Amino acid sequence: MTDARETGGPSRRTILLTIGGTAVAAGLTAVPGLAWADEAAVAEAIKGMVGDMPPESGVTLDLPEIAENGNTVPLSFEVDAPMSGDVYVKDVMVLADGNPSPDVAVFHFTPMSGKAAASTRLRLAGTQNVVAVAQLSDGTAMMGKKQVKVTIGGCGG
Amino acid sequence: MFTRRDFLRTAAATAILMGGPAGLRQAAARQTLSQADLLRFDPLGQVTLLHVTDVHAQLTPIYFREPSINLGVGAVEGKPPHVTGHDFLQMFDIPADSPECYALTSENFVDLARTYGRVGGLDRLATLINAIRAERPDNTLFLDGGDTWQGSYTSLQTRGGDMVRAFNALKTDAMTAHWEFTYGEARVREILDGELDMPFLCGNVLDTLWEEPVFESTQMFERGGVQVAVIGQAFPYTPIANPRHLIPEWSFGIRPETVQEHVDAARAAGAEVVVLLSHNGFDVDRKLASLVSGIDVILTGHTHDALPREVKVGKTLLIASGSHGKFLSRLDLEVTGGQVTDYRYRLIPVFADVITPDPDMARLIAEVRAPYEAECTRVLGKTDDLLYRRGNFNGTFDDLICQALLAERDAEIALSPGFRWGATLLPGQDITIDDVYSMTAITYPNAYRQAMTGEMLKTILEDVADNLFNDDPFYQQGGDMVRVGGLGYSIDIQKPMGSRISDMTLLKTGAPIDPAREYVVAGWASVNEGTEGPPIYDVVSQYIERQGTVSVPENTTIKIRT
Repeated sequence: MTDARETGGPSRRTILLTIGGTAVAAGLTAVPGLAWADEAAVAEAIKGMVGDMPPESGVTLDLPEIAENGNTVPLSFEVDAPMSGDVYVKDVMVLADGNPSPDVAVFHFTPMSGKAAASTRLRLAGTQNVVAVAQLSDGTAMMGKKQVKVTIGGCGG
Repeated sequence: MFTRRDFLRTAAATAILMGGPAGLRQAAARQTLSQADLLRFDPLGQVTLLHVTDVHAQLTPIYFREPSINLGVGAVEGKPPHVTGHDFLQMFDIPADSPECYALTSENFVDLARTYGRVGGLDRLATLINAIRAERPDNTLFLDGGDTWQGSYTSLQTRGGDMVRAFNALKTDAMTAHWEFTYGEARVREILDGELDMPFLCGNVLDTLWEEPVFESTQMFERGGVQVAVIGQAFPYTPIANPRHLIPEWSFGIRPETVQEHVDAARAAGAEVVVLLSHNGFDVDRKLASLVSGIDVILTGHTHDALPREVKVGKTLLIASGSHGKFLSRLDLEVTGGQVTDYRYRLIPVFADVITPDPDMARLIAEVRAPYEAECTRVLGKTDDLLYRRGNFNGTFDDLICQALLAERDAEIALSPGFRWGATLLPGQDITIDDVYSMTAITYPNAYRQAMTGEMLKTILEDVADNLFNDDPFYQQGGDMVRVGGLGYSIDIQKPMGSRISDMTLLKTGAPIDPAREYVVAGWASVNEGTEGPPIYDVVSQYIERQGTVSVPENTTIKIRT
């Protein structure tokens, strides 16, 4: 199946949400990698962005427990943080620890975004953890994590 | 409840007196267990919910053996429905060899089957439902949990049409679905547009492109002056467990937030009782009940569990009504001030020999079977051993299918899916086309033959094992463990993903499976599009015909560590 959503560009869903005013996803950055990712590579990327490993709370990741199609897995996230005044969510980085590269996307927000939330689709090479790290304007950070299974399927009840 | 002791005592005594064949004992049994006993129920409140699920297209009475192994992991270890055999009898205070023992466990199954006879049959079910409706005309809601249209020769030939007619005739108030989707999107739409007389509720199905609802989620009913909302939840992993190419535009999932939204919307619309008609599977529903508030009753399905008592999670009642038309659940609810204030539950076993068939339904069954009757009842051979499927690791009918695959497809290793459906055959019974299709009637039946490396085989076993034994039920996707022929292995169900399987052995030589070597593997029910090979029902039928009489030695090839 040829599908624009699999090309790595902004998904239709993201565009929809943008039009709907839920989020302003100013840029999706796909970073090509050389070696396969692992937990260490993800940890390194997180530390590179926000310094220390943030606590696992504050970011809700909506992903299927088991992917119907590893080539296009729907992902939504929402950060539980105020988006007005001095403190707001600046960036949300999405990472996957079992793909050729850990980097999936970085979403940029401003207080004008209203809410730090967005939806997209990502490709997952196999069963792995997907992590979303939110960096706030005051230098603090939060994180959400969820495991997604990519199975060979079949055998269903 | 009917008197278990008396029933058995009389039956056994008569058998000794007469020393006669099973038929006489069944006749004796009929004198002590009656339709009235099965229907006995002290009515309560304004609403009577009737529930069947996972009938798997069984129009006529069958034998059905409950599993002897049904292991739970993590938080549900040792909890119902992960209790079998003697432990089950103890937990639910059921005497050995009683009718409930026969209906609910595999204990002494063959003897009890010869005593108590067949179970199910939609003409029997119709009699029970009609009797309850006659008693509670304005109070009764009859709901079907799905896996209704698939599982027989006639359902495959009519693409579910025979079951649609039968469940229309039962005046089913609503249904949800799973295997229904394996007839493909076009056929499902055709049935919904022109054949089905009831709401088809699947609130967790969205289209893949826009993520918009494909089906209705909720139907409101008024029963006994009470507003009852029924929300349908289709099997969340249909496009993974079954071929996605049959329903490429539809996306499923458990979607707890969506369920919560539907519950809240139903309450806002005035629902005093909220029922989730679910095909999630029992453990998924148990977890879902702890995440979603405001559901009064979950009518569970998919995992085929039959529990004589409700399971309570917070304020939510979970009901498990078994499979194959073997049971009818009746749950009466008393509602006061918009709240369920009392309930009474009974899991009614459908003992075919003591229920008068409903004549209209009997006529309809004869009519839908007529064009196929000669072929359906064609005898292929005979079995020396008990043939069943249900169980976590193997079933004797699956062992037979694996034998057939190894022989007919000239393979070293056979793989057969861990489906939960399929009727049971007693030792000495003829095997007919009906019986083979009861185990194999699927729309993607091609029996492939291909080379697989040892590493690939290990990956498959690990993958399926995690779909069954992941300690988070939301990560459990499949049926039971994939069945194997020509291959032995050990499994430690407590280990994490990817490390449960060890000691893989090629049985023919006794040699360990070499990860790098290629093996000739035959299997069926691949979810990949374009799978080639003869249909599995033909492979198995041919094998049984060649054998004449089949026997299945005890399966000792799988070592289980719990």
